[in-house]
Amino acid sequence: MRRNTGSHRSRAVVLVAVAALGAGLLSGCADDGDSGSGKSGGGGDDGGKTKITLGLFGTMGFQEAGLYDEYMKDHPDIKIEQTVIERNENYYPQLLNHLSTGSGLADVQGIEVANIAEVVQTQADKFVDLSKTPGVKKSNWLDWKWQQGLSKDGKAIGLGTDIGPMAICYRKDLFQKAGLPTDRDKVAQLWAGDWDKYVDAGKKYMKKAPKSTAFVDSAGGVFNAVIAGSAERYYDKSGKVIYKDSPAVKDAWDVAAKAATGKMTAKLQQFQKTWDQGYANGQFATVSCPPWMLGYIQSKAGDKAKDQWDVAAAPKPGNWGGTFLGVPQAGQHKEEAAKLVAWLTAPEQQAKLFKERGSWPSAQASYSLPDVKDAKHPYFAGAPIGSIFTEAAKGIPVQVLGPKDQIINQNLVDIGLLQVDQQGKSPEQGWKAATKTIDNALDQ
Amino acid sequence: MSTTSGTAAPPSGQGGAAPRGAATVTPPDPREQRRRAWRARRHRWDVRWSPYAFVAPFFLFFAAFGLFPLLYTGWASLHRVELTDPTHMEWVGMRNFSRLWEDEFFWNALQNTFTIGVISTVPQLLMALGLAHLLNYRLRGSMFFRVAVLTPYATSVAAATLVFVLLFGRDYGMINWALGSVGIDKIDWQNGSWSSQFAVSTIVIWRWTGYNALIYLAAMQAVPEDLYESAALDGASRWQQFLHVTIPSLRPTILFTVVVSTIGATQLFGEPLLFNGSAGATGGGDHQFQTLGLYLYEQGWVNLHLGRASAIAWAMFLILLLIAAVNWLLRRRLRKSQ
Repeated sequence: MRRNTGSHRSRAVVLVAVAALGAGLLSGCADDGDSGSGKSGGGGDDGGKTKITLGLFGTMGFQEAGLYDEYMKDHPDIKIEQTVIERNENYYPQLLNHLSTGSGLADVQGIEVANIAEVVQTQADKFVDLSKTPGVKKSNWLDWKWQQGLSKDGKAIGLGTDIGPMAICYRKDLFQKAGLPTDRDKVAQLWAGDWDKYVDAGKKYMKKAPKSTAFVDSAGGVFNAVIAGSAERYYDKSGKVIYKDSPAVKDAWDVAAKAATGKMTAKLQQFQKTWDQGYANGQFATVSCPPWMLGYIQSKAGDKAKDQWDVAAAPKPGNWGGTFLGVPQAGQHKEEAAKLVAWLTAPEQQAKLFKERGSWPSAQASYSLPDVKDAKHPYFAGAPIGSIFTEAAKGIPVQVLGPKDQIINQNLVDIGLLQVDQQGKSPEQGWKAATKTIDNALDQ
Repeated sequence: MSTTSGTAAPPSGQGGAAPRGAATVTPPDPREQRRRAWRARRHRWDVRWSPYAFVAPFFLFFAAFGLFPLLYTGWASLHRVELTDPTHMEWVGMRNFSRLWEDEFFWNALQNTFTIGVISTVPQLLMALGLAHLLNYRLRGSMFFRVAVLTPYATSVAAATLVFVLLFGRDYGMINWALGSVGIDKIDWQNGSWSSQFAVSTIVIWRWTGYNALIYLAAMQAVPEDLYESAALDGASRWQQFLHVTIPSLRPTILFTVVVSTIGATQLFGEPLLFNGSAGATGGGDHQFQTLGLYLYEQGWVNLHLGRASAIAWAMFLILLLIAAVNWLLRRRLRKSQ
């Protein structure tokens, strides 16, 4: 009998233990979420220091350029940590998700230019107004870059870091074999002012093209370069989607389609493994390149192509890419984070970032600094990229951005032009396929 | 455990003894009686309810991470929800579903999922059966071979797919190079509709064949040896033994692998996503290898339409239920025909 009750008791103990374990595990999960968000929310003092976290994407290079170390040296009570997601397509939905739940956010979040309009229009109340942070001076930035980060009621929710003025990178050795000029000024004159002239140069190149090379990497790349130079693209000023009738889109589409149907592309898709192989094997002679792409070309084309690549001005100036930094309201160290953002985006730091990582400053005040003004790129035959990109940056039109720019652009390039370039469809078929996909994507 | 052990135990003390006489019988102590009844009841509860308590943790987790998301996805599929503001849900009834009905991209994805499913599952299971048969022979180093066939299964999808993308490259891929050396023209694997689906299926086949082979092998080893002996006595060849002894004995196992592979094929996601490299969820320039999983991802996390993505998820769930029902009918018919 006593043994019997004993076993009852131990059974009860087991039951309680199991229940506790179950509950503990469940609440453990919840705890995990909490502490996770607390951690990335910048909470927790690290040995008496305030920890500021940055959530970034791609290769923004603040850490690599030594900017965090410098800041921490000047501010011994601050500790900076960053988490980086490689691709913005994966980063951005996560950012939206975190913003709506108010957890899991870093103290500072990066925002790509393709998403800035959507963030400004739909998430403005979740970000801190940075315009009043000490050290932030509106006149430091190119005016259009400053405007892009403003909400409707004039709050600066994102401060600009880099921009992407466009040039054309070209292979001198291939140009020479094809009977085209190799001097960067003469090359720029080949197509100055008109993208059609660029296509004409392509025709000339293809007549005498070295074996298994093409004039340009991809039709999609050409499209991106042309569209980058126009003010009104996919949206008009009132925020209406107009890409189907937009003259700028039609121009860019026609130039890119001409390049594809004229068989002057290497039929590649940008940022794919095959594109990297194209660089390594010298498969194409030109590519439209913002400053942030120079390092990419250098790493993919490798040492054997050193001094073969050069940089010439693009037919028309345009902007491709660029980033903003914002401070979410849900962060725990908003003030400290805002100060850090102000410092990181100041002209001096942007110039340093350019010197170390090749990100072109959006702070016009830094264009007169010697690190920027006199910059030459050793890999690209010592091309004076400082003056080339400063010229291009000055000519960038004030672009009208819209919330779904990225989706419209990606489908025009990765569906429409890809079909024309790689699947042998006519430009009309490609256009139809792209617009169908875009309509489906924009329809709510 | 017997449920009556507590109550049937002879009561100690006077209670259980035969009455010696009315006068000597003292009524049992009511306190003791109550305690005994309580104990008995507790024991009954214990026996009846504690098994539930033991399985409860699984069901709690299932409810939290399986059932709740399933139901909530169903609820969300009846709304317009955008990822830019997911807390704002606007009731639209069945619109997301009726929209799918007319959505050519959905049907395209469904068709792709089906074709890729067939051309990956059928050869995969046939090859697994053959491999298992070979491994079932007395082999030197059989352990090595068994581990070797399982290694692709242990490889990450991402790593495997990246390698396959390079192998299937148009300009510098090894497969085109090999084809070229026997005089066959370059194939643009990624851009063709059949070629891309074939390439994606290859990755699936490569990863899952060994896994299924081991399952078959385990089942084969459970087939009684004397069946083979008597078949051999009757003069059946190895092949006949395989057809008439092995396969019928494996029938339940084969059915299991078919079901599991079908579920896997319906949810196919990682391979086609990564096969498209940096272009993401489009499934190629003509959506030629966009599966249902990819289409769901594109609508939800690229185009930010969570409501529509939920509807696709539920459509996939219903398709799986349909497959399960067909499978059940087939099995019943098979059993009847036996």
